[in-house]
Amino acid sequence: MTSSKEALAHSASSAEAAPGTPPGAARGAHGPGGPAADSWRSRLYRWDMKGSPYAFVAPFFILFGAFTLVPLLYTAWYSLHNVQLSSLDHQTWTGLDNYKNLLSSDFFWNALKNTFTIGVISTVPQLLAALGLAHLLNYRLRGSTVWRVVMLTPYATSVAAATLVFTLLYSWDGGMINWLLHFVGVGPVNWRESDWGSQFAVSSIVVWRWTGYNALIYLAAMQAIPADLYESAALDGANRWQQFRHVTVPQLRPTILFTVVVSTIGATQLFGEPLLFGGVSGSKGGSEHQYQTLGLYMYDQGWIVGNLGKASAIAWSMFLILLIIAAVNLLLTRRLRKSQ
Amino acid sequence: MTTSELTLPPKARPTRARRRVLGAGKQLHAGPVTYVVLAVFALVSLAPLVWTAIAASRTDRRLAQTPPPLWFGGNLFSNLQAAWDQAGLGTAMVNSVFVAGTITVSTVLFATLAGFAFAKLRFRFSGLLLLLTIGTMMIPPQLAVVPLYLWMADLGWSNQLQTVILPSLVTAFGTFFMRQYLVQALPSELVEAARVDGASSLRIVWHVVFPAARPAMAVLGLLTFVFAWNDFLWPIIALNQQNPTVQVALNSLGTGYVPDQSVIMAGALLGTLPLLIAFLLFGKQIVGGIMQGAIKG
Repeated sequence: MTSSKEALAHSASSAEAAPGTPPGAARGAHGPGGPAADSWRSRLYRWDMKGSPYAFVAPFFILFGAFTLVPLLYTAWYSLHNVQLSSLDHQTWTGLDNYKNLLSSDFFWNALKNTFTIGVISTVPQLLAALGLAHLLNYRLRGSTVWRVVMLTPYATSVAAATLVFTLLYSWDGGMINWLLHFVGVGPVNWRESDWGSQFAVSSIVVWRWTGYNALIYLAAMQAIPADLYESAALDGANRWQQFRHVTVPQLRPTILFTVVVSTIGATQLFGEPLLFGGVSGSKGGSEHQYQTLGLYMYDQGWIVGNLGKASAIAWSMFLILLIIAAVNLLLTRRLRKSQ
Repeated sequence: MTTSELTLPPKARPTRARRRVLGAGKQLHAGPVTYVVLAVFALVSLAPLVWTAIAASRTDRRLAQTPPPLWFGGNLFSNLQAAWDQAGLGTAMVNSVFVAGTITVSTVLFATLAGFAFAKLRFRFSGLLLLLTIGTMMIPPQLAVVPLYLWMADLGWSNQLQTVILPSLVTAFGTFFMRQYLVQALPSELVEAARVDGASSLRIVWHVVFPAARPAMAVLGLLTFVFAWNDFLWPIIALNQQNPTVQVALNSLGTGYVPDQSVIMAGALLGTLPLLIAFLLFGKQIVGGIMQGAIKG
């Protein structure tokens, strides 16, 4: 098969080399280049066939390796060293000291707890709202594209811009949200200082930015559900809510799992929102570190305190947490496949 | 059957009618309740952005008063001017266009090449390499910034734009996205036929792959531009207010570089405007791209 193709290609290229001559004639005469040129061409052709796939993936893997995979390993290496921002050239081996320090540090556990809490109160409402929104967007709508684009506009807003705006909306005096709350009799909330208030505020920025995006992902999955599943459910007398529960949600399960994983990964590395919400001393995550996440703690230790070795250890702790999440996800997916 | 009937709770309707309606499945027309709920979602999505513009048109003093302003004032242009000059948003916009533009071109180009190879060419370790690409798609940026910072310090590159461009020139997501698209959109016979015609691989890429991949390249370009424009962690470590991108300038605003809230809001508005315009022009394609990526992802 391959050899005949090669021969064909061969004849075509010799025909090209001698414009005006019919292919058969060119072949008989081996073209103007003669047999030597022909074998050179076919060798070139074979090299091209064999080598081009590697050439095509090479730029990607070289850049990706150099700036993602190699740094990943270097971060692990630095996490075993004492690296200070003030004296970058003096790196001394400290073994697992950075990790031991972390495990005995209240701030690390506090950051871990905050990351978890903020992660839950930002991911759960976000995905539930997205599911509902996708359900609505799945109706036949007038101006359906406009609705979808509108729901996605928060995604166009950067973390920094969104957080600056929300910080002002949540401000103690003159803030829009406290003003709106006073109409329903809820006293002014100190969104900056209070424990749950600040975590709620930070989470709301995440929810605002990502709900529309996740809704579109659910919507895409909903549109791929075969219509006859709904028809047979309807014939069985299932009402809309039952259809949603027993057809839509099960069919969406892989997608839901996917968004849970992606949102969890996003939540684990949450950084910009709490940093800017905190204003001038943002890297501390509030006066009592009440919304200092792991991502923020890493930045604080690395570039404010100046301990890059410890920052590396925090980064790798985040990575290990993600690996655990990935493993759990893998197990869940397997069980899901088995049950189907 | 009117559309308003359809959103009534099922109990309110006779069984026969309900059956017929439900049988239509997802083809249901939206009723007024659906539109009302969607309008609330739309309001929540857009209100913070509209309010940014309102706040940007006011003064710092007015923003500290209760009730907060609900309509535009007369200071928009002076605040935009202040954000442009004092907060360095002017330089930042130019820098961000350059950075995000370079990253977009490079990501789309290299992702298409690699995606094509993974989708249509046979080579050793292709399965393993693809698995590596997918498996590492979710590595957080935190895992790279310490070594990057140390290398940058070694090279004496601090505060130069290439430090934020180089690490972002490709993404695993982009390669996977293009691979998934080309598996379906590019018929293998077309590649074979070009081979039979004696076309070199580069000619095939130029004349066969790029034309077939164009819609996905456009979408990936838009998504990459949004991502690069909004990238935050590494830029704020690598750059400072002397030579900022938009996000770095906004970060400086947030940490008190210019303490005037109305100027800060003008900065947030300016920094978001290019992407809002892009969404206005290409919203349909961006939405389509995200939904496409979702099915295949």
